[in-house]
Amino acid sequence: MNLAMIIWAFVVGGALCAVAQLVVDIFKLNPGYVMVGFVVLGAVLSGLGLYQGLVSLSGAGATVPLTGFGHTLVQGMLEDMATKGWLGVFTGGLKGTSVGLSAAILFGYISAVIFTPHG
Amino acid sequence: MQVVEQAPERLGRYTVRFRTAPRLLGRASVVGPMEGKGPLGQLFDRVTDDDILGQKSWEQAETAYMVDAGRLALENAGLEPKDIDLFVAGDLLNQMVTSNVAAGRLGIPLFGIYSACASFTQGLFMAAAMVDGGYARHVLVATASHHKTAERQYRYPNEFAHQRPPTATWTVTGAGAVIVGPGDGDGPRITSGTIGRVLDLGIKDPYDMGSAMAPAAVDTITRLLSDTGTAPEDYDVILTGDLGELGSKLLYELTAQSGLPVSQQHKDAGVMIYAPEQDAHAGGSGAACVAVVFASWLVPQLAAGQVQRVMVAATGALHSPTLIQQGGSIPSVCHAVTIEGGQDARA
Repeated sequence: MNLAMIIWAFVVGGALCAVAQLVVDIFKLNPGYVMVGFVVLGAVLSGLGLYQGLVSLSGAGATVPLTGFGHTLVQGMLEDMATKGWLGVFTGGLKGTSVGLSAAILFGYISAVIFTPHG
Repeated sequence: MQVVEQAPERLGRYTVRFRTAPRLLGRASVVGPMEGKGPLGQLFDRVTDDDILGQKSWEQAETAYMVDAGRLALENAGLEPKDIDLFVAGDLLNQMVTSNVAAGRLGIPLFGIYSACASFTQGLFMAAAMVDGGYARHVLVATASHHKTAERQYRYPNEFAHQRPPTATWTVTGAGAVIVGPGDGDGPRITSGTIGRVLDLGIKDPYDMGSAMAPAAVDTITRLLSDTGTAPEDYDVILTGDLGELGSKLLYELTAQSGLPVSQQHKDAGVMIYAPEQDAHAGGSGAACVAVVFASWLVPQLAAGQVQRVMVAATGALHSPTLIQQGGSIPSVCHAVTIEGGQDARA
């Protein structure tokens, strides 16, 4: 971690969000489309070997936005495919993203217990 | 104002004149804290401190608003629930759950109605027709809505940090109620009404309801005017429900084109209810919007004789999330009633 990476995280993460905002404003798409579109975009870029460079450069700037989730899905699959073959397509995705998914469920549950949301 | 002692009369193709001109006997409005801080805040009968009212859910709070408004309207008219023959109520929730539960609590026979945000004027029309025809003596009309129940049913969960575009409206939290009764004595009277046609211009954006509804408002307002042989100048106020800033502009353009410009007489409850700095974007909306502005702002002016003849033309976007998900559009409707002033019934 160095200062350059912090700046790059700001630039890359901000740029990804700016693209999403432009998509919402210009194409009048609802958030569902943006969400799915970004995960797919991240997965495709990751599969083509283009996303890892962004992660190395900007860290959380590339992993926190939804494209980072797509990237993690694909990398998990590729890793498992190396050991299990095509079965890895089915096991690797969830394994790779398990930290994020489990954290979302756990912290979602804790905040629901504390703040009693009404939906 | 003339009380016509004849059989119910149809004027033109779509408008009804109520021969006994049923009176408005009581009125009440109960709103949430945001509406209370708006420009009309001082006029509402009750402004609640929060929008959950000690209930377990926003839906139950919405019911509590409707029950409260109903009881206050009864109090205002000096009547008891047993004096009311019929409760005509509408809201925005699935299965009209607010109206159903509120009617159970009030113990009055219910006509549940749905025209989205036009439900209130549909209710006034039906109440006037029932009283006029002698099928009911006193009718309680109420509509309720709640920002948080509407958001989660029609759009996204409240906790989801969704960006609202500038065309979006803010659903009014609260309920408005009036009591319609027989035509003897003083007080504002419902003299005629026009039932709206459903128009579908193919608009699919649930965040731009004003534009979707303006053509329906124009259709019903111009038909009421032509059926009754009146012009916009014959009305002191033409109140629409929740066209918002954008829909109102469209209304002025379209009525000017049809040769009956209403911009001088027009007021929109959605534009009136929030101040610009309240960040409600295009204005207020919801089944309660026109009801609370009507009950707290317009009826007192009619009762005091400050205005003589008004048209209330509430519009409803008949928005179904299911239909939108299937690629459908948002049909709209507008029901209108004419109300003419006089001395307050309680004076």
